[in-house]
Amino acid sequence: MMSLYTRRIWLNRIGITLSMLAMSLGLIALLWILWTLFSRGFAVLSWDLFTQDTPAPSSEGGGLRNAIVGSGLILLFSMLISTPIGILAGIYLAEFGRVSKFASFTRFMTDIMLSAPSIVIGLFVYALFVTTTGGFSGWAGSLALALIAIPVVVRTTENMLKLVPTSLREAAFAVGAPRWKVSLKVTLRAVKSGVVTGVLLAMARITGETAPLLFTALNNQFFSANMAKPMANLPVVIFQFALSPYDNWVNLAWSGALLIALLVLAVNIGVRVVFRNKDKH
Amino acid sequence: MPDQAMPAGEKVALEVRNLDFFYGDFKGLSNVNLDIAHKKVTAFIGPSGCGKSTLLRTFNRMYDLYPGQRAEGQILFHGKNLLDRSQDVNLVRARIGMVFQKPTPFPMTIYENIAFGVRLYERMSKSAMDDRVEWALNKAALWSEVKDKLDQSGLSLSGGQQQRLCIARAVAVKPEIVLLDEPTSALDPISTAKIEELINELKSDYTIAIVTHNMQQAARISDYTAFMYLGELIEFNETGTIFMRPGKKQTEDYITGRFG
Repeated sequence: MMSLYTRRIWLNRIGITLSMLAMSLGLIALLWILWTLFSRGFAVLSWDLFTQDTPAPSSEGGGLRNAIVGSGLILLFSMLISTPIGILAGIYLAEFGRVSKFASFTRFMTDIMLSAPSIVIGLFVYALFVTTTGGFSGWAGSLALALIAIPVVVRTTENMLKLVPTSLREAAFAVGAPRWKVSLKVTLRAVKSGVVTGVLLAMARITGETAPLLFTALNNQFFSANMAKPMANLPVVIFQFALSPYDNWVNLAWSGALLIALLVLAVNIGVRVVFRNKDKH
Repeated sequence: MPDQAMPAGEKVALEVRNLDFFYGDFKGLSNVNLDIAHKKVTAFIGPSGCGKSTLLRTFNRMYDLYPGQRAEGQILFHGKNLLDRSQDVNLVRARIGMVFQKPTPFPMTIYENIAFGVRLYERMSKSAMDDRVEWALNKAALWSEVKDKLDQSGLSLSGGQQQRLCIARAVAVKPEIVLLDEPTSALDPISTAKIEELINELKSDYTIAIVTHNMQQAARISDYTAFMYLGELIEFNETGTIFMRPGKKQTEDYITGRFG
């Protein structure tokens, strides 16, 4: 009796030790990355980053203004495209087509899109959009990133709506509301913060995507806010500068990486803090 | 079952004729016949799974939301069969309101909870809407408790208040019939007493059908009582008769607590 109990205590201790070990391995890797990023990035951080454009090879100084603005524009438009499509598709899947063949087909395609390598999506947009519209452009970049974000938004919206209790949905139908009003005004509103979280996390997800932008937005050494022309953006600039032999380029790559990491961190933490107490029913 | 007709002179709001109900292959109701009296309270009692909620949910076609559930037979409302495909379900639900077991305030302000349903079928000015909201909350005996916080979330109210909000919401649309599906089973005794009092007042304006697990509640608030068992209507009569001189052995066994 006692020995069985002692055995259990020891098994428990071993189990906890192993899982703590696994956890610290994961955490060490993450902290290491962040530490390298922060120390290398902050060392070269300056106001020039936001006021000057990417420098020519072997010239002094320079900043990332064009890439920051370009990334901002590309992100903004990709979210403007993907948010309504993603949310409406999610509503369709959860509220209208629960059992229809078309819905399960859509769900299947969404899953495939979710796991599609981003470079494939970049090539897809290159073949279908870039070659037919006469060249690399900010629009093409937004489109490629939107294609990555859409399935994420669809999935979170659908999953959130499925959490809405049946009783609430029935209550809305019981006052005589048509299905689209029930979806938009009642059930979607009930999970508003969850859906917003999904949209923001989708944005965080595409913020650092490089491969889809290589064949679409390409890059631009100069400042340009013209979405119809090739556009500088942080991921591609980092990719290009980090592999270069010039010290100031490499340093700028570190600061760019830091900027992206900070943005993604801010979005993730922000989402958690803002919506921590919002979803109580 | 012709012996289950209304007493002469009673106005009828709903006539249920030869109603069968199916969950897929399972028959949930068989051959139900009864009349719901106009501006009276009709209670449905019976053990769990006897079909009383199922019956109530046919009155506003709630089952329509679920593929695989279907009803056959007739439910006559103003001379037309509610079960007809040609009936506009949304209109049916606006005229036959429903309150559920668990309070289900919409995720919006108290004011909007009431206005939501009204706006679906009526266009009115802001001040007319204000009046309607006050009127409905008064009907549900909730006005004095919430008049200073109409812009707060409906979810901020207590359980009993939320349920009265749901009643106000149903009443605000000005339906003819209000269906109550175990409206007090999730509430404490004080809130329950308030809701029962409310039902008593509401019946001067509305026809009420209530499903309840609580026989004392049925005896206290209803004019007519239907006893159901295994998907069949066993006995239907004036509440006094059902509880004092039940006509069937099964009814007597159930109300005296010998099974259920």
